[in-house]
Amino acid sequence: MNFARHLAGLLLTALLGAILALLLAWYSPGFDSDERLLDARLDDASRAAIQAEHAANHDLRRILSRGFWMSPSLHRPVQELIAERAPVTLRLIGTGTAAAWVAALAMAIAVAPRRKKSLAHFAKAAGTCFLCLPSAVLAILVFSMGGPVALVIPLVLFPRLFETVCNLLEAAYDRPHILAARAKGVTPAGILLRHALPVCAPELLSLAGVSLIMAFGAAIPVETMCDVPGLGQLAWKAATARDLPLLLALTLMIALAAQLVNAISTFQAPRILVGQASSLPAGFPPASPFAERPA
Amino acid sequence: MTLSSKIAAVILVLILAGSITAGFFPAMSYARQHREATGAPASLRFPLGTDDLGRDRFARLLSATRFSLLLAAAASAGALVLAFFLGGAAGYYGGWCDRCIVRAIDLMLSVPWLLLLLAARALLPLNTPPALTLAVTYALLAALGWASPARVIRAGVQHLRSAEFILRARAEGCGEARVLLRHVLPNLKPVLTAQFWTAVPVFILSEANLGFLGLSAGEPFPTWGSLLRELQNPLLLRPEAFAPAAAIAITLLCFRMVTPWGGSQV
Repeated sequence: MNFARHLAGLLLTALLGAILALLLAWYSPGFDSDERLLDARLDDASRAAIQAEHAANHDLRRILSRGFWMSPSLHRPVQELIAERAPVTLRLIGTGTAAAWVAALAMAIAVAPRRKKSLAHFAKAAGTCFLCLPSAVLAILVFSMGGPVALVIPLVLFPRLFETVCNLLEAAYDRPHILAARAKGVTPAGILLRHALPVCAPELLSLAGVSLIMAFGAAIPVETMCDVPGLGQLAWKAATARDLPLLLALTLMIALAAQLVNAISTFQAPRILVGQASSLPAGFPPASPFAERPA
Repeated sequence: MTLSSKIAAVILVLILAGSITAGFFPAMSYARQHREATGAPASLRFPLGTDDLGRDRFARLLSATRFSLLLAAAASAGALVLAFFLGGAAGYYGGWCDRCIVRAIDLMLSVPWLLLLLAARALLPLNTPPALTLAVTYALLAALGWASPARVIRAGVQHLRSAEFILRARAEGCGEARVLLRHVLPNLKPVLTAQFWTAVPVFILSEANLGFLGLSAGEPFPTWGSLLRELQNPLLLRPEAFAPAAAIAITLLCFRMVTPWGGSQV
């Protein structure tokens, strides 16, 4: 019931956002922009014809009969374009995010329990280098060295994930129930899997949702630079061609998907907390990571 | 402040001072075209060579540093003003105002930053003057970058709302605006400072990505992002073309060293 209410709120927000975005696009100064009008070879009649074509864009009845979700620059339905390119982006983001998570978790698990400062410094130094470069430049560097395009997303995500995961695990290992588990002779793997990771799970789940959004942001310059026919490249093409229907559809679709991912991760968190209560040693109350969260 | 932070701060000051003073020398003009030396390699006269139009790459890099750093700082300040008013209102008034603003923050944060910028930039007409595109690019950064600091400011104001000195100010008849500006704002100074230093690197990187995609300032204005566009053709790459990327990396590294949190939210 609560989830249904949250979902309804989410849909209402998306609807309001869509209406606001449409109004903004409709009255924006760039709505009628057309590169062809800058062509000096066109005579007055041709210019008038293009301007008449644009005047029709402001006629709501014609738009509804033609279908608003028709890309003016690519002359194809928006849903067709998105369906064609979404798998490419999903594959790029999926593999990139998974690789970044594996690397960040492996490094954090190696660093956090034993407080290995040298390894932490190495990971943070490497991460800082990637943090200080725009993802477009990282894509160029990987591309010019002949590396796989999919490597750029993990390079962009790793430093952001490693820092947070490492901090979360370090805070988890400082809890008294972990000390008790250690004193009782629980193996390091047991401590990690049964006591440390479940404590961090809600935050890790939220971070997983955020990392997907960050991955899509990184995918835009990567796909544009490396000529990968995905949604990021489509968004760039739509922006350069002032294709507002396509750009609006993409923005709304991604906003909805991101809200849905966030909602799922928010609603999974309490379940994990309930599950982890049984994994704590006797005599310790269930840890509440929410208590440490900023409001 | 550690030694490395002090060194980083000195480097940052030198970079900023160098880029500002370069603007006073007519020979270091970013738009001047040396027609006799188009596409020249690095030399004593042109330390980073010239581009296809004969413009001195070094002069353009210095000007780009000036524009990017100063405008990113201005955009960051603008975003903070917006964030203070929206986050402050949400935290101070609570209720439906809080719910609406929090929903707006969530919506803003759920859409990739670059996609929002691409969409907003595309709303501008094609014949926008170059100076206006420069101003609009950073204004967009400020207008879209308020959400993350607003969330932190809201939490800070919520914490302060029930503080005794605020209650006393209200009991003595201070208006809401006066309480917010005279009592809440000064106590949020550490939060605002941290958010300012966090936002500057974020805006620099965002502009760089936007410029690389050709949607930042129009020619002839140089920004770090627009200079990176030379990298778009990997077949014609020369080492000098990586100078803007190196400048961005050094500056952001210095920011990160001066402020330990700087760039972590990039």
